[in-house]
Amino acid sequence: MYSEKVMDHFTNPRNVGEIEDPDGVGEVGNPVCGDIMKIYLCIRDDVIVDVKFQTFGCGAAIASSSMATELIKGKTIEEAWAITNEAVVTALDGLPPEKVHCSLLAEEGIHKAINNYRIRNNLPPLPEEKRNDEDPTPAVDQR
Amino acid sequence: MDNAATTPVREEVAEAMRPYFSSRFGNPSSIYRIACESRDVIESSRETVAKAIGADADEIFFTSGGTESDNWALQGVARANAKKGSHIITSAIEHHAILHTARYLEKQGFPVTYLPVDNEGRLDPGAVEDAVTDTTTLISIMTANNEIGTIQQVQKIGSIAHDHGIPFHTDAVQAAGHIPLSVHDDAIDLLSLSAHKFNGPKGMGVLYIRTGTKIDNLLFGGGQEKKRRAGTENLPGIVGLATALDIAVRDQEKESGEIRKLRDRLIAGLLETVPYSRLNGHPTERLPGNVNISFEFVEGESILLLLDQEGICASTGSACSSGSHDPSHVLLAIGLPHALAHGSLRLTLGHGNTEKDVDTVLEAVPGIVEKLRDISPLYPGKEK
Repeated sequence: MYSEKVMDHFTNPRNVGEIEDPDGVGEVGNPVCGDIMKIYLCIRDDVIVDVKFQTFGCGAAIASSSMATELIKGKTIEEAWAITNEAVVTALDGLPPEKVHCSLLAEEGIHKAINNYRIRNNLPPLPEEKRNDEDPTPAVDQR
Repeated sequence: MDNAATTPVREEVAEAMRPYFSSRFGNPSSIYRIACESRDVIESSRETVAKAIGADADEIFFTSGGTESDNWALQGVARANAKKGSHIITSAIEHHAILHTARYLEKQGFPVTYLPVDNEGRLDPGAVEDAVTDTTTLISIMTANNEIGTIQQVQKIGSIAHDHGIPFHTDAVQAAGHIPLSVHDDAIDLLSLSAHKFNGPKGMGVLYIRTGTKIDNLLFGGGQEKKRRAGTENLPGIVGLATALDIAVRDQEKESGEIRKLRDRLIAGLLETVPYSRLNGHPTERLPGNVNISFEFVEGESILLLLDQEGICASTGSACSSGSHDPSHVLLAIGLPHALAHGSLRLTLGHGNTEKDVDTVLEAVPGIVEKLRDISPLYPGKEK
């Protein structure tokens, strides 16, 4: 049901853990829905030099978290903000339709952590687009 | 280790079925000799099934499986008694074949009471008594639960139903073949069972209907099954169901004793080796093969994926395995918080499972849970 890449990132997740004294932290999801992601950023001169995550969730949630951290590592804050869950799904060689919503966790986590960094540095937070949390099968193949 | 989902057809059962696919393929409704043979084997199969549950042969009706039997029992009894009343009593932890049929009937104007269960999944028979009204026409309570294995006090519930003159249906899909059943002793008027849960073929079930029970047909067409269930008989399926049930009942005492031992070792081993774990369901009044344990701070689908890599098949009550947002209605009904319901693992033992299988699971699970906890933001750490 999952691609080889998903299984690879699920069984050997990259960047797992915490960062002591992070420059930005974001926690999204809740135990009711069955997935929670916590993401830690270390930022130097607007560049994400290190990132770690912890995720409670299904295979798709863990693999998306891992892939998302890989995608934003070494990127500028602006570049990281622009990474969507679709980009994470593509990088994972796709997710089953009913699992695509799990990848939203990663996108929302990144946004929350970046805004946490901005607030700490007295910058106004960027608007976080809350995407449909209700529909478990969002826009992949909608006609 | 997922025998509650389905079981393999036993070799003896497949062997018994084989001639009825080709050489003895006659339609029982025809009049020539080959058709007579078909009729005879259907009737002897019916007797075998009747004997297994303490019924008479003419009270056994073959169906396409547990889902059809449940649909027929609920819709058929509700409709046949619509003039008398419309109220149905069931429980919050029934299989979806009951719950979704009940919800459909609610939309058709039949009020339904869904009785709660305690935190071990048991229904208080007194609550059934309290829920009865003048318009109650059916009580449907499962014999044993498919997720947590809890066995209900069917006999008590049945006699309450009979005291009030209300027909009592029980979904015995998980119980049949695995624990003793007697429609007579347990005051059961309708009982559903399904062949593939006791090493019989898929797509084959039975609805037992006590003589005199008012019930409408669900399927209309030909005059099969004494004009109660239309459709050409699934001859190999009927033979397979009867053979499998016969073997299951014959070996029940010995086999369930062995499986129960494996189950108890598995439960004790998991609770002992994995901290922050709890057993779901009743500690003793549970199906011989059912193990259901919640592990805190991890999610069930992740556990299943890692178990699958070790060659172990299991199931979970987590939402993420089903594509919905809510975890199992059964685990929520026994009062589990969402996070614990998402972290549940069901292992169901059956014919063919060995001590070695239990060892394999006991070796694999602690490491898998530990690995996932190391990724989890909820895990407080080993030392606590």
